[in-house]
Amino acid sequence: MTGGNDAWKRISAVLCREFELEPGEITKEARLGEDLGLDSLDGVDMVVALEKEFGVKVGNNEDFREVRTCGDLLALVEQRLAGNAEGGGK
Amino acid sequence: MPPTRFVITGMGAVSAFGIGVQSLADGLRRGASGVRVMDEWTAIRGLESRLAAPVEDFDPKEHLPRTHRRTMGPMAAYAAVAAREAVEMAGLGEEELACGRAGVIIGSTTGSPSVYEDFYRNYLPDETVEDVRSGTFFRIMGHTCAANVSQTLGITGEQWSPSSACTTSTQAIGLAMLLIGSGRQDIVVCGGADEVHPTVTMIFDVLGAGAKREGKSPAPFDRGRDGVVCGGGAGVLVMESLESARRRGAGIIAEVCGFGHVTDTGHIANPDAAAMEACISQALREAGVSPDEVDFVSAHATGTAAGDVAEARAIARVLGPETPVASHKGHMGHTLAAAGALETIAAVIMMREGVVFPTLNLEETDPECAVANCITRQVETAVNTVVKNSFALGGVNTSIVLKRWQ
Repeated sequence: MTGGNDAWKRISAVLCREFELEPGEITKEARLGEDLGLDSLDGVDMVVALEKEFGVKVGNNEDFREVRTCGDLLALVEQRLAGNAEGGGK
Repeated sequence: MPPTRFVITGMGAVSAFGIGVQSLADGLRRGASGVRVMDEWTAIRGLESRLAAPVEDFDPKEHLPRTHRRTMGPMAAYAAVAAREAVEMAGLGEEELACGRAGVIIGSTTGSPSVYEDFYRNYLPDETVEDVRSGTFFRIMGHTCAANVSQTLGITGEQWSPSSACTTSTQAIGLAMLLIGSGRQDIVVCGGADEVHPTVTMIFDVLGAGAKREGKSPAPFDRGRDGVVCGGGAGVLVMESLESARRRGAGIIAEVCGFGHVTDTGHIANPDAAAMEACISQALREAGVSPDEVDFVSAHATGTAAGDVAEARAIARVLGPETPVASHKGHMGHTLAAAGALETIAAVIMMREGVVFPTLNLEETDPECAVANCITRQVETAVNTVVKNSFALGGVNTSIVLKRWQ
């Protein structure tokens, strides 16, 4: 299983790479829309990039629609990774 | 009264010579060629024509913010950069662009072929769409250039996207005249864009019309011509009614005063001299210009065996054997949907400089083309009235008449 700190670093790297953000902008409190300027199209690309990075399903569910901050994103990814580990992975 | 006079107040270009109208003018003046051998196409089986005039060293990141760039393939990025140059030259501010009286008519042959390639490269092996990004559709849709230019510049009037390959941007200019003339818009940002891709060159290659001679092609009207070399880029004009330009105090560059548009149905691929003749005549009639007033013909001539002969005959029948004729495909390749607008900009450059740049690579005029005055050397002359031709596969024939503004 991936540790929280490692997951955070990888999420941060994905956001910087995909959306041309500076590492300093990515904090757990940063709101994806208001603070980082990401919109619905970016949301689609974020799901694709995170699923590729972590090998787990992130999007197309109610939980993702509730994500507001980078911290929420980390929690969701960790939840998926944990679920995956419990389910034996895929 | 609806407007009856239509003027150009802005121009923007991206071509094999680089970004900007100035780069295009410099390339033409130097008699330079943007054509190169595409070594990266060597491994493509069956592709015999490996020449192209691509836009080099163009990094959209340097010109466009991510939120606009993410929905653009190369052609839409060229169009956006050219459109911004044209709008700035015309002195149009955000308010004028967003007032609803300014529209966009910019087309391309297809959506971005390089984005199509990426999509199908991922989709086909395992039939998966899991990696498809949100911007993909916006890059490959038929109106990718018009939509992205409208979004980037905040132009809120009508959005049109003609798509007729090599006649696209000449149609866009004609359509701008119609739209402004009907009173629906005052200002139209019009033109076309395309990008170099092997699947585009392939179209001409399979028809036996893809050029292969390194360093000598394309050679419109030349005895040894061997076909088309595709180029990339975008040509964009700001057109508006004369009243609108005067009201704004805009600098008027030239007047577009006639548009010919004729379809030939004899064959979907073969050129038809009679239809070209009718098209040029229609444009002159609409412009109220007599043949002896025409100082120069900016030919479509791409370097194909049949097309160049048909066009030379049509020009000679309408305008006689003396009017200087040149094609600028040798300089920047055949930029397809961008060609009409880029070559209109080239014509304006020649009007300003009192010179006609000859056809690059034309050394010995094909006797069958020699019925028209296909110039092989630069001609210093007053260029006040120009006929610009664009013809396309599918039987589309278009011509416009341009007048120098004085």
